[in-house]
Amino acid sequence: MSEKEIDDVSGVATTGHEWDGIKELNNPLPRWWVWTFYATIIWALGYTIAYPAWPMISSATRGVLGYSSRGDIRAALDAAEAAKGDYVAAVSQKSVSEILADDKLREFATAAGAAAFKVNCVQCHGSGATGSPGYPNLNDDEWLWGGKPEDIYKTISHGVRFAADDATRISEMPAFGAILDTAQIRQAAAHVASLSGTPSNAEAAAAGAAVFAANCASCHGADGKGNREFGAPNLTDAIWLYGSGEAAIAAQIRAPHHGVMPAWTARLGDTAVKELAVYVYSLGGGE
Amino acid sequence: MTALLDQTDVETLDATAVNAATRRQPLYAPRKKIFPKAVSGSFRRFKWLVMLVTLGIYYLTPWLRWDRGPYAPDQAVLVDLANRRFYFFFIEIWPQEFFIVAGLLVMAGFGLFLVTSTVGRAWCGYTCPQTVWVDLFLAVERFFEGDRNARIRLDQAPMSARKLSLRVAKHATWLVIAVATGGAWIFYFADAPALVRDFATGEAAPVAYITVAVLTATTYVFGGLMREQVCTYMCPWPRIQAAMLDESSLTVTYNDWRGEPRSRHAKKAAAAGQPVGDCVDCNACVAVCPMGIDIREGQQLECITCALCIDACDSVMDKIGRERGLISYATLADYNANMAVATAGGATAIDPARVRANDGRLLPGLAHFHLKKLFRPRTFVYFAVWSLVGVGLLYALLTRDRLEVNVLHDRNPQYVLLSDGSIRNGYTVKLLNKIPEPRTLVVTLEGLEGATMSALGVEAEEGRSFSVAVEPDRLKTLKVYVRQPAEAIAGAGAAESFRFVVADKSSFETDSYVASFEAPESRR
Repeated sequence: MSEKEIDDVSGVATTGHEWDGIKELNNPLPRWWVWTFYATIIWALGYTIAYPAWPMISSATRGVLGYSSRGDIRAALDAAEAAKGDYVAAVSQKSVSEILADDKLREFATAAGAAAFKVNCVQCHGSGATGSPGYPNLNDDEWLWGGKPEDIYKTISHGVRFAADDATRISEMPAFGAILDTAQIRQAAAHVASLSGTPSNAEAAAAGAAVFAANCASCHGADGKGNREFGAPNLTDAIWLYGSGEAAIAAQIRAPHHGVMPAWTARLGDTAVKELAVYVYSLGGGE
Repeated sequence: MTALLDQTDVETLDATAVNAATRRQPLYAPRKKIFPKAVSGSFRRFKWLVMLVTLGIYYLTPWLRWDRGPYAPDQAVLVDLANRRFYFFFIEIWPQEFFIVAGLLVMAGFGLFLVTSTVGRAWCGYTCPQTVWVDLFLAVERFFEGDRNARIRLDQAPMSARKLSLRVAKHATWLVIAVATGGAWIFYFADAPALVRDFATGEAAPVAYITVAVLTATTYVFGGLMREQVCTYMCPWPRIQAAMLDESSLTVTYNDWRGEPRSRHAKKAAAAGQPVGDCVDCNACVAVCPMGIDIREGQQLECITCALCIDACDSVMDKIGRERGLISYATLADYNANMAVATAGGATAIDPARVRANDGRLLPGLAHFHLKKLFRPRTFVYFAVWSLVGVGLLYALLTRDRLEVNVLHDRNPQYVLLSDGSIRNGYTVKLLNKIPEPRTLVVTLEGLEGATMSALGVEAEEGRSFSVAVEPDRLKTLKVYVRQPAEAIAGAGAAESFRFVVADKSSFETDSYVASFEAPESRR
């Protein structure tokens, strides 16, 4: 365009662009806008010097301020760690019972334990700690190894039947399939079922009493109430780890399952195990 | 009549409206400065009063004390963001009661409709912070630099020691006011006496300094430098308010039906037999206008209806012996009625002789504003809705619970089978003690025969009720386990509902929450 075209109505020069007879006026941008625009350019240049920006061959420029988003996260995590430092220190020094007696500390440990539980325990015990056949429900008041705070702490710390830990909880019910015949096993199962008031064959149950007294009472007790010393469960209550009913009981007598839980202190540290114990205790079934 | 038109003592001012619609500057041109002239009169006095009251409220409110006992702050008005409490004299609001503030906003909305439909843009003219602070800044400017003509001369004069010292004094005073304005704001959010100490010693939170800095900057720039541009270009209010006006709303009006034809030489014009209006074209109304407009061009967007032109014009009318009200608060309906009289129904040009007797008195039968014109269906509806919301809020405020219980049933697990065959349900029970005093609350089970409960961390026998201490003005979260024996569950229908009842035995306040008890299907 050699010559400026002036719009008749507004007296402003056009840009020469035309769409369907409509011409674009070449109004100047407001000055504050232009200066803001220039300022942003200068700002952007300074920014790319101060912060990581320009791509190089294998990485990008680091920026003179030395900022990195990973460093940011590191700092935030450190700050979070530092913020709970007092609590963590208190948890590591006190026993589980002492932690439970302190309102603030219990609240902290329960929250921390819940987080650790969700990462390490839910795979077997379930997200609500309700367990499943073979994996105990931690909400109820039936405890194979004791439901006092220190008992729970010991169980989590050393595990159950965990070979690598010398102090692990251990019990091993023999496989009675090799000791008793099928009829005896059926009778014993009927007797055990009757102990908890579960419907059972009365005739077989009566016969089973003798089998029970001869083979089972040594660990489970004459009344079937179990013995934690040997990890022998109470057979008179409503809770069945491997399923209730004669068939499930008979199967367990014949060839018992022996569940294994890892020892957690070596993996999570003592503090986290205490927090887990507090959390499990607070699920409501603790003794 | 000749005597009446003697206008020797009326100064004709050299004033041009810089913001008039016909003379509006293009958006790319620099702002033309406005030098409003001082004026006195009843509206000016009223504006001083409004400024005194509004600024007084703003600056002094945080320093008012209100005794709430040892467990709550004693500041009468306090927005305690850290603890999420809002205190207003005897009222304390928790975040969940924020609907009261929302209700106040609804009231403010309808209040705005009501005020605007009756007295027009009164908010803009008298109480808007922009108007009030510009007025204050103009008073400062006038104090240092003199009135309109002196300021114009000073502005045009080359820089000198005197000009520099006046300018420095003015801007310094503006800045002091701006700092005080920004400073007052933060006292609403913390204990004022403690904060002012911390602020002075540099120990206050950074956000306090940042807030004061930002508000100082906005006050100084908006009130001192931008002034009328904020109203004209930045504020949405004039557009919204203009849409709410109707022909019965009061606006500042130039009554050209008695003012035109205007003449600076009325005597000569009258002698020549020409019609002469009351306006002597002295430009006083233009010179005093803080918005830089000429009200004689009719109602316009820039006009904030501050009514200073009414004061200016009335004093001129007094001097020339005419009735006041050439510029007045008038409704469009009245204006049109009078205009019809003056123009004989639009048949001719304005002839003041139709509305004015020979002695200059206005003729009877002209429309005048009367208070009862404010009462019309529209204002009644606004007032009714406004007061309905107000009464509703008051009712909500007076009958609200200061003690509350909220219950959340555990979702995972929904129930737990215990070794004796009973079923246990877990609940998160939240007790809200909304008064600034410690309380001992008793939580009781109602319904669910045979059930007992226990709460984690509460030393109590398992039973149908327990008591627990709750800190003043705090929420207490409890984990509560309710247990129902096996025989009570068998035979029951679907999930049983029951109530958690919480009671304060000393104040007889109670609240309850309906919860449900879940059990496995096979046990039903």
